[in-house]
Parts: sequence; C-alpha cells; structure tokens
Amino acid sequence: MPLALLLWDGAHNDLTANPIQEITQRTGKTALVLLALTLAVTPVNRVLGVRQVVPLRRPLGLYAFFYLCLHLLTFTVLDYWLDLELIAQAIAEKPYVLVGVAAFTVLVPLAITSTKNWMRRLGRRWRVLHRLVYVAAALGVTHYYLVVKADVREPLLYGAIIAGLLVLRFPPLRRVVARIRVRRLTRPARLPQPSRGS
Amino acid sequence: MSTIHWSEITPEHIYRNRRALMRGAGGLGALATGACGGSTAIPGPAATPEAAPVRAGSDTDELGDRLTTYESVTNYNNYYEFSSDKEAPARLAKGFKTEPWTVTVGGLVRNPRTYAIEDLVGKFSPEERIYRLRCVEGWSMAIPWLGFPLHKLLKEVEPTAQAKYLRFESVFRPDEMPGQKGGFFNWPYIEGLRLDEAMHDLAILVTGLYRKILPAQNGAPLRLAVPWKYGFKSTKGIVKIDLVDKQPTTFWMAAAPNEYGFYANVNPEVPHPRWSQATERRIGELRRRKTLPFNGYGQEVAHLYAGMDLRKNF
Repeated sequence: MPLALLLWDGAHNDLTANPIQEITQRTGKTALVLLALTLAVTPVNRVLGVRQVVPLRRPLGLYAFFYLCLHLLTFTVLDYWLDLELIAQAIAEKPYVLVGVAAFTVLVPLAITSTKNWMRRLGRRWRVLHRLVYVAAALGVTHYYLVVKADVREPLLYGAIIAGLLVLRFPPLRRVVARIRVRRLTRPARLPQPSRGS
Repeated sequence: MSTIHWSEITPEHIYRNRRALMRGAGGLGALATGACGGSTAIPGPAATPEAAPVRAGSDTDELGDRLTTYESVTNYNNYYEFSSDKEAPARLAKGFKTEPWTVTVGGLVRNPRTYAIEDLVGKFSPEERIYRLRCVEGWSMAIPWLGFPLHKLLKEVEPTAQAKYLRFESVFRPDEMPGQKGGFFNWPYIEGLRLDEAMHDLAILVTGLYRKILPAQNGAPLRLAVPWKYGFKSTKGIVKIDLVDKQPTTFWMAAAPNEYGFYANVNPEVPHPRWSQATERRIGELRRRKTLPFNGYGQEVAHLYAGMDLRKNF
C-alpha cells in the first residue's frame, strides 16, 4: 500500500520539490512502522488474546525488511548514484548512517531465516536469533532520532512504543498481565449471580 | 574589496529584456530595478501574487545554472513558525496578514526608526538579485529575489561605534503560526550577522521574488538573503533589527549548539552530523553536485573571515 501510494504520487509529480528526499523519508518511516507492528504481534496475542494476528508476524517482518531495502537503495542508488567514496564518507562521518547500516545488517539474517525450513533447522536457536529484532528496532529508532532536525518528539514516540512492547515481554510483567486477563475472562461467568436475589 | 555588480548578478539577457518583460507583465509593470534605467517603483499590495511569473526564456544565475521554478521556490519552504513540513507553509501561510507591519530598527544606533513596511519598500527601491540559496539540509535553489542592500538601511540609522552585531527578530504570532504553539522551540526566531557582514553589498533585505511581491511562505513582507551562508541565516518575517555589541544567540544555536554556529557560512569542509555539506542537490536536478565554499561567493566575501578558523567558527 505505501509503495502503491509512493508510485502514484511519483507518477503525478506529487513528491515535493525534492522527490529523492521524500522517497527516502517515506520508505524509512514505513519500514519503522512495519517493524513496530511486527513487534506488536506477540504482545497483542498474549496480552489481548487476539490469536488471529499471529500469522501476520512473518509477512509484516518481511514487508518491513522490503521497505528497508527500498530505503537503502534510494540512499545508495537514487541519492548517491553508487558513488562509493561519498557513501563511505557518509558512513564514517555521520552516526545516523552507521546506525542505519547496522540496523540493516542485523535484519539480514533474520529475513533469510524467516522460512519454516530455517525455523526447523535452527530449532530453539531460532527464537534466540530472532530476538535480535529488538536490537534492530532500537537501532532504527536511534537512526531516526539522529536524523531529525532538533525536534525529536516523533522519534521519541516510536522509541517509547517499541520500549513498551519490549517491556510487555518481560516474564514478571507478562505473568501480571496474564493474571489480569484470566480474571477478566472468568468474571463474566460469575456476573449473572447477583441477579439471583432480586 | 570586490563587490558584485548588479549587471554581473543578473544575466545580461534578463536585464536587457527587462523593459519588454515589464510590458509583458501588464499590471505588474511598475516593478523593476534601477539597473536598466527603468522605473523604480515596487508592486504595491494591489499587485496580484497569483499572476504568472514573468520569466525570460533561459534564466540562469551567474554560474550558468538555471533558476529554480517559481512553483518550487514557493512550495518547498523551511518555515518552522508554520510547520517543520516543507510543503505545509504554503498552505498554512494563506491569509497570513503582512499588513499592517512595522519594522523597528534600534539598539546602538544614532537614529532609531520604526518603518511601516510600505514606507521601507517605497524608500529603498528594490533591485533584482539572482542568488543561490543553500539549505543546511543539503538542497539548494537559484532564486531571483527583489530587494535592497541592508547597508542602505544601516546608513540611515547610523550604527554607533559600539555596534558590532545585528540581531534580527522575527514575527511571533502563535495564533496564526501553528508551529509556534507548544513549548518545544524557543520563539521568536532570532538571527544575527556581524556588522561588516551586514554591510556587505551581497546582504539584502528581500521584499519580492520572481518580480512579484514576496509570498508569505517565503517570509513576507521582509526577509533577509545572505547567499554565502546556509539558508537558515536568511531569516523571514522580520519585525525588529537591533544593533548590539555582543554576538547574539540565534534560534538554531540555542536549539542545537553543537550543530549550528553563529557564522554558518556554506563550507563543504565542515561536516554536519546529518547532512552532506560536501555535496548538495539543486532542486529540480537528479544528481548531487559539489557544494562550493561560501556557496560560490568566496571571491566576494572570503576576505571578511581572513585569519579566522572557519572550522571552529562554523
């Protein structure tokens, strides 16, 4: 969808006066939002009990990676015309580029091992490996934080959302949340009781 | 000291054709410059900003680069008072009132004055100057401004011997400028120049562009254009100019002191943590181009900084 919108606006000359920057920003933000949604799947399942979202996790993660690839290609090809000297200079000179490249590097093995086949082959280690997604998300938010001009409110919001999703996974908190849910789920069964006396 | 002459800044074919252009502009015919011996009136408020821009066939700056289109110049603006989104100011500035408007010039001067904007424009006849504008974010434009040298105004108010710097204060109207709401930034926008920089003939106060009255999103009714410095130095919506003895702390210096210095001369040698300063993208072009020291005005202004470490004084 975001890609369709991007192509539509591109075809209609509607990508601002600085289209390359606009494409960079849009693909980057889409990747970050999709990554946050990927991370939200497990908590939504566990905390809210919406099991239907679980099958969405892998496609969401892969779409996030896809937009990250577009983002990287925009930067290296469209923006810098594969000028390796300038790109190397950018990585060395600008922390945000380095952090962004690191986020991409972390996500590459996760995208590769996202198939059922790899899940089977890695067994328990697959779960451990895929916890790296939180590292990638943290790097992504840091990248965004470093790239905005002074007004860091939006990157901080993304950071807070991702941190919140991470916190929900801590076993003690998970247990608390699960208990609340169990209580909620059992309560309706008792509800009709008070009406008996009337 | 070398200064650029009006005839050098404006491509020859443009000022040669000025009269023809003015005739073509119909109702806008009254605006022009003294350089070609034409009329020196400025478009009054009656001039319609909607009229099509008057342009010669192949307008370029003195380096031979084409002017950025009127549409891009007036729809891609960094004007944080309205929004940090560059396309939003054109929308949000609609209906922004630029009249009545006064500009107070004071501080360390012999003749402090308060000008109504129409008096200011009437007094200092505008001339066209095609300048490159290099934004610190790594994009640039070439814009035909209408304006007058700041030194003409300074001559009238007469800075005292103690005056060393100029402090520019911009309009503060949070009700009309949504970006000023909320306490994130420290409004109003403050900018500054050293007195000798302000006296340089290239530093102009701008009242129009593309031979039309300045649109609100570009900083109407009065903004600065200091072409050898990053765009944020060319402050918009000026209401107050004070001559002071100490270097003023500017808006961006206060917001991010490690990123924005007082001088902010365009300098490909001083990297910025986010944007490439070695290269830039001219709006409307696909490929990056090399950024020139002092934005290509080194011959004219480098002497102002003789003996200064411009890496430290960024």
